[in-house]
Amino acid sequence: MANAAAFSGAYVSNLGPSVEGFLLPAGDEDGGFFWEGTANGELRIQKCNSCGHLRHPPRPMCPRCRSTDRGFATMSGKATVWSYVIPHPPLLAPYSDLAPYNVIVVCLDEDPNIRFVGNLVTGAGGAINEIDPHSIRIGEPVEVVFKKFVRADGSEQTLPFWVRRP
Amino acid sequence: MSPAVGFRDSTAIAGIAQTEFAKHLEPSEAQLACQVIVDACADAGIDVSEVDALCSYTMEATEEVDIARNIGCGEITFFSQIGYGGGAGCGVVGHAAMAVATGQAEVAVAWRARKRGSGPRPWTNTSTQLHVPGQWTRPAGLLRPVDEIAMLTRRYMHDYGATREHLTNVATAVRKHANMNPNAFMHSKTMSRDDYMAARWVSEPLCLFDNCLETDGALACVVVSAERARDLRHPPVYVHAFAQGLPPEHQTMVNFYTDDPLTGPAWACAKRLWANADFGPDDVSVAQIYDAFTPLILLSLEGYGFCKRGEAGPFTDNGNLEWGRGSLPVNTSGGGLSEAYVHGFNLINEGVRQMRGTSTAQVENAETCLVTSGEGVPTSALLLRR
Repeated sequence: MANAAAFSGAYVSNLGPSVEGFLLPAGDEDGGFFWEGTANGELRIQKCNSCGHLRHPPRPMCPRCRSTDRGFATMSGKATVWSYVIPHPPLLAPYSDLAPYNVIVVCLDEDPNIRFVGNLVTGAGGAINEIDPHSIRIGEPVEVVFKKFVRADGSEQTLPFWVRRP
Repeated sequence: MSPAVGFRDSTAIAGIAQTEFAKHLEPSEAQLACQVIVDACADAGIDVSEVDALCSYTMEATEEVDIARNIGCGEITFFSQIGYGGGAGCGVVGHAAMAVATGQAEVAVAWRARKRGSGPRPWTNTSTQLHVPGQWTRPAGLLRPVDEIAMLTRRYMHDYGATREHLTNVATAVRKHANMNPNAFMHSKTMSRDDYMAARWVSEPLCLFDNCLETDGALACVVVSAERARDLRHPPVYVHAFAQGLPPEHQTMVNFYTDDPLTGPAWACAKRLWANADFGPDDVSVAQIYDAFTPLILLSLEGYGFCKRGEAGPFTDNGNLEWGRGSLPVNTSGGGLSEAYVHGFNLINEGVRQMRGTSTAQVENAETCLVTSGEGVPTSALLLRR
């Protein structure tokens, strides 16, 4: 694409997909705390140290108070489904092999305007197509689990996934 | 007097041109771009050497220097590009009009040349699309623009009770218009409501016919002062008002992170557009609404004030978007869904034809036309008047 920059922010690395071929995030200048958190089993959301406003995705300045003093808060990991889609081919491998699968957007209990894109699975190691996607309901309660991926170079990255909660 | 009042109707679109629309065109994008610009000048009756402003999309592959040295421009004194893909279209024409209105140039050209049908899908590139915001969405398998818009569509249906019947209304209305347009890619292919419902899924709740075409093509238009336009070959099509829109905390295509993700850039754009116009939505004769996906038309109908929030589904009932039947004929050449997908520039040229009275689905006594660019991305819109 001629103007990739118009669609993206600064990033510092793109180490490539997992050994299975799943896309993994390209690290950027602002999101390091988040991925350190997932590696430790924590869902961390960026927090303005000046006014306390939570914001996601991570970025340098608080849009409410314009402070650049920032940290994070660790969330409970409890959320509800805000919306979902069921992709069908054509898709990239290995996603195409798993289609149809689910992709969900959840909103966090701590702040419903903090939303996350992820997948609904039955457990931390679950596949993205193991739940009947037509059984998903907007508003159903979910909670976070974490799954570690390994790249060909041996580097690791842990991503959040979501499971149903009673 | 507000500066916007001075801008109103002070410029006009005097020439338009387009190439054939096809799955594959042999010439390069650069050659297609040069040819349509030259053709648009001929349509206006203006010598190409008079062109002194060039306005385009950042996604345009052919740069101003290449256009200028190919088509034999003299001195170019204004050039600008606008980002965000399909959100740019009306913006490039608006910038051309502003350049003429403010005396930066006298003959401004805007264009888009794209071999989307021949080329790979942009979403298949995994090396350029994993930064912000893609790193938060693509690993989960939300890979394509259709997946991103389907996510908003599902929520829209849940909140307002809109159904696939409403999306069918959109797809079949636009196809009907393409069937009237010999230049439309889908001219000879009709679509019934059953055809729509039988189409394969692409990303539930969206099926194949909720998606725009993948075509090669190029289009251009020429903007001059209203005074000059009155002496040229065609009746002037006045640029009545123009606006761009980028709402608070917006994220391109994955606008999931705001207080209200279902009010996108159209709302911000519409506020400025109507403030700058001396008429309102009820006075619009015909609309060309960006339709990379059918639900974008529902969102835009609300954003631009043709109905209240949540009412766009029922607004499309009873053929209300169809030529010869409805209160607001939409995408009368077939739009991105059924004429060609050229980042919405075909909507602009069709708006001009409606104001000239030369559309293949001509709305009787059409006085005004709204043209919009992509919803879901930072966007833009034009009000044209004859």
